[in-house]
Amino acid sequence: MVTTSEQITATEVGPAKGRSLWADARRRFLRNRAAMLGLLILLFVTLFALFGGWLAAWSNEELDYNVMGQVAQLGGPSFENGHYFGTDDLGRDLFARTVQGTQISLAVGVIGALIAMVVGTVYGATAGYAGGRTDSIMMRVVDIFMAVPYMFILILLLVMYGRSITILFIGVGMISWMEMARIVRGQTLSLKGRDFVEAARATGVPAPVIIARHIVPNLLGVIAVYATLLVPLMILTESFISFLGLGVQEPMTSLGALISEGAGTIAYGTTWQLGFPLLFFVLTLFGFFFVGDGLRDALDPKDR
Amino acid sequence: MALLDIDDLSVTFDTDDGPVHAVSGLSLSVEKGETLGIVGESGSGKSQTAFALMGLLARNGRTSGSIRFDGQEILGATPRELNRLRADRMAIVFQDPMTSLNPYMRISDQMTEVLQLHRGMGKREALAEAVRMLDAVRIPSAKDRIRLFPHEFSGGMRQRVMIAMALLCQPDLLIADEPTTALDVTVQAQIIDLLSELQREFGMATVLITHDLGVVAGFCERVVVMYGGRVMEEGPTDPLFATPTHPYTRGLLAAVPRVDDEDARMRAIPGAPPNMADPPQGCPFNPRCAFAGEDCRVMPPLDPFAPKRARACHRPVEKVAA
Repeated sequence: MVTTSEQITATEVGPAKGRSLWADARRRFLRNRAAMLGLLILLFVTLFALFGGWLAAWSNEELDYNVMGQVAQLGGPSFENGHYFGTDDLGRDLFARTVQGTQISLAVGVIGALIAMVVGTVYGATAGYAGGRTDSIMMRVVDIFMAVPYMFILILLLVMYGRSITILFIGVGMISWMEMARIVRGQTLSLKGRDFVEAARATGVPAPVIIARHIVPNLLGVIAVYATLLVPLMILTESFISFLGLGVQEPMTSLGALISEGAGTIAYGTTWQLGFPLLFFVLTLFGFFFVGDGLRDALDPKDR
Repeated sequence: MALLDIDDLSVTFDTDDGPVHAVSGLSLSVEKGETLGIVGESGSGKSQTAFALMGLLARNGRTSGSIRFDGQEILGATPRELNRLRADRMAIVFQDPMTSLNPYMRISDQMTEVLQLHRGMGKREALAEAVRMLDAVRIPSAKDRIRLFPHEFSGGMRQRVMIAMALLCQPDLLIADEPTTALDVTVQAQIIDLLSELQREFGMATVLITHDLGVVAGFCERVVVMYGGRVMEEGPTDPLFATPTHPYTRGLLAAVPRVDDEDARMRAIPGAPPNMADPPQGCPFNPRCAFAGEDCRVMPPLDPFAPKRARACHRPVEKVAA
């Protein structure tokens, strides 16, 4: 920072574009090895989810009658019969099912985090900036929602309305925004007292514009970090529900459902049924956690 | 009619320890184009007066009395009415330029925001105007620098940017709330010089809030000395500094350290500023005043004892000296 300003005062350069704090953060992020590894992993998992279907020799619902009944002997991973990851108990291709399950898990995670980001930020920033009674009421509402055993509600919803992806998305989105709203509100409270917000008020900028232009950009770092760490939590939630058997409906599947099935049949010696879904599950979580940590380090250099 | 008329203004904050009286019964006026200095120790209510003017008091602040800007009552005005005045008619420069700019916004965006809001200018037009104003505050090659971010400017440069932002709409009244406190001494002088040049150039009334008497002497036509939320003495700068009549003013002037002084001791005013949650009875200065007596337990009225001068004291200096 010091060198930049000195350079500018000392030598007269052409029109300076200016380097934003975002650009600084990007540079730090790109230099972080763990974060780059995480990003590569995520890239790999995403490509697998998007284009893995093209490589699959079988669809995720076809039964392979050749291996049915002898899955433990014939259903193992093999390139000859096209079951790269082996088959599941019913003789369905595990590669195709893992691709499809990864799609669902990623979608649940990312959409859940997106809902949290949008709803939580708008709600939290509004409550924090408004302050006073509005703030109290809005945050007590969050407290009340927080006290509801959401897992119980979600399971009830799934039982009542049948197992559908839509309900799952709605449920996951509904529970994810509250923590985000609290974090954003707390940050807004401290930002609100900063001089540049005061200065904006003193120049007659209306409140919604102050929130959108002065508060939220200063919060984006925190939001991005938390959202990245929220994705794996959402995936875990979905997996837990699928593990209970209430997740997505067959023949669709998710990583959690696959792991559940794999764990159930491990006694028959079909370890690949647990191993491959678990590998992708763990890779995804690791990827998101590494990226989240990297983002935090990059956006908050004072912390080091 | 004066540009700004403050009449019997009181600012009180409700805290957990009871009400804190930051400003009590303050009256003063600012004429068009005038430069007024408000001086006093920390906690004397200078800044809260300015915040009340801009409608920026903290949520627990209460006001009474009246502030009229160009005839329009400001106290109790709706945010909408206030927003029309802010920046357009009256502007403020804050103490700390390091925190007064949004770190994630380019200088250009922060400056044009004001113009687009108040003048309804287009982006291009606003940008040209912003560059013109940066030139006016003597930022070299402003055109090349306007796309920079705040952290790429030094403290003095940032304060120049803040001043430029305040002047963008050419307000009638500029309030500078200790604009040099957070800056290096050498930069302080530059900023004050700049302010007085701009004041001559644009002709706006300027209220300079400071505790630096040297700055006031060089910049202001008229001075108001505040203590404990009240006006102690006011008058044109030169006579007031030459013959201070209030014991507090005298104490303040004596406390200014001099480089040429053989005796290097600091002549501080003994004691500390009053706790405004529990202010002393009568004149707030009486616990620290060398001349205080029984009658000082009643607040003296502001006494216009000479042309354009006034003081609130039972025992002014000339009376005690006699």
